[in-house]
Amino acid sequence: MTTERRGLLAMRAFVLVYLTLLLVLPVIFVFRQAFVDGFGAAWTAITSSAALDALGQTLLVAAIAVPANTVLGIGLALLLARGPRWLRAPLGAVVSLPLAVPPVVIGVSLLLLFGRHGWLEGPTASLGLTILFSWPGMTLATIFISLPFVAREVVPLLRELGTEQEDAARTLGAGSWQTFRRVTFPAIRPAIAYGVVLTTARAIGEFGAVSVVSGRFVGQTQTLPVFIQNREDNLDPVAAYAAAVVLAIIALLVLALMIRFQQRKETAWRSTPAV
Amino acid sequence: MAEAAATLPVRSPRAVPWRRAGGPLAGGIAVLWLSLVVLLPLAALTSSAFDDGLGAFWHQATSERAIAAFKLTLGLSAAAAAINAVVGTAIAWVLVRDSFRGKRLVEGVIDLPFAMPTIVAGLTLLAIYGSKSPVGIDISYTRAGLLVALLFVTLPFVVRAVQPVLLDFDADAEAAAASLGAGPLTIARRIILPVLRPAILSGAALAFARALGEFGAVVLITDNQPYHSEYASVLIFSQQESSTAASAAAVSVALLVLSLVALVALEYLERRSVRHDD
Repeated sequence: MTTERRGLLAMRAFVLVYLTLLLVLPVIFVFRQAFVDGFGAAWTAITSSAALDALGQTLLVAAIAVPANTVLGIGLALLLARGPRWLRAPLGAVVSLPLAVPPVVIGVSLLLLFGRHGWLEGPTASLGLTILFSWPGMTLATIFISLPFVAREVVPLLRELGTEQEDAARTLGAGSWQTFRRVTFPAIRPAIAYGVVLTTARAIGEFGAVSVVSGRFVGQTQTLPVFIQNREDNLDPVAAYAAAVVLAIIALLVLALMIRFQQRKETAWRSTPAV
Repeated sequence: MAEAAATLPVRSPRAVPWRRAGGPLAGGIAVLWLSLVVLLPLAALTSSAFDDGLGAFWHQATSERAIAAFKLTLGLSAAAAAINAVVGTAIAWVLVRDSFRGKRLVEGVIDLPFAMPTIVAGLTLLAIYGSKSPVGIDISYTRAGLLVALLFVTLPFVVRAVQPVLLDFDADAEAAAASLGAGPLTIARRIILPVLRPAILSGAALAFARALGEFGAVVLITDNQPYHSEYASVLIFSQQESSTAASAAAVSVALLVLSLVALVALEYLERRSVRHDD
């Protein structure tokens, strides 16, 4: 018993040291580095017009991508859990595909699709649309990269819930929209919330795919992550770290929401009727 | 007719609402949207990669520079997956079996890499372990630095895969083994590990797939020297930047295939673990 206790204590110590060195200390030091020349310098760097433009660009892209993927994600989840059986495997594979595609590869794909001699170069040009090196392309890349999260959270809960309550609602004369709004949606809301948080984190932080399609024009198509790399490459660490602090604070808020919604999600799972 | 009548009331309580709910229309829209957003770009990529024929594709995907990048990427991703398999299991073990003050905080920290933008992850590591390291450890410009960056972004996968299995684990088997005289190591190896193995493997496979395509966390760590410290994603990025689009497409397809192989292997592992559960 004592050797077991000692083993457990050693393991605990190892885990705590590992997490501290790998996660906790680096995040603390990013704050330190940002304020190394004083708070004023960091503030000036983060309120420069390039930094504010980058923040605006990041928020604009997220503001389109997150709602789009939320609505689509719920639809896909319903299709995956309630739709015809033959559709489930291929559709599930396509929905999970973005998780397997490296972000830079997504960027290159969009570049080739909309770029010179690309399949959609002509159609978008004749419609007068600018996709690449502009916010629509960055938004498309972000939608691609953050597509699976809502669906993947909602599907298992929908399966667990079963169709009994939905069938009961229909038997009582509810239409399909009414059934969804009054029965299905309230039940899957915790999973949706968790998925939306994951989607938002990914949309705000996406770097590889967005960087490729953005063209990285200062003040126009730089998102905050692209701005960070640009400042770091140009030996302007204070600006890079100050912007990183902004994103780190957003990440910590996201993390707090994740923990909160995770708990709610677990409650939702536990309160589902036993099958 | 008779067959339809017999099956109608019993077999299709799901099929009827699906039709009535406008399912086919909504499903059609969803599939169309997915095809446009996901499949069309990947099809364009693949088509570009093979524009000049299979030989040209192969030539570009296996150029000396690409091979060097793939070796580096595969080696480091495998190392990250292996370390995660061990450390992630240990973390899950401590989170489930141990109890101490502040455990909930540790539990919360685990998901930090999922919340943190990858470029920020790379920068935070440089903040403490970079060339101006305040603690005197400099891992920038090294492979170890790349590995640490990969460990940062892939940390949650194994932990989150193993934790639920460990929570559900029946402690009776352990108690029985202990009463029969088995030591803690024997119990861990013979009783617990076989149950956890599918979860550990699937978590490690996810970590591997994630590490293969990583870009943001690794790009700042080294000077990305071709043939030496250039990660696969970084190679693709610099190829598309220097407008050698054809080779960027070829290397992209090769990297994509590697990732898909990892994902398919994962799917297989998950299927197998589900069968074990039953």
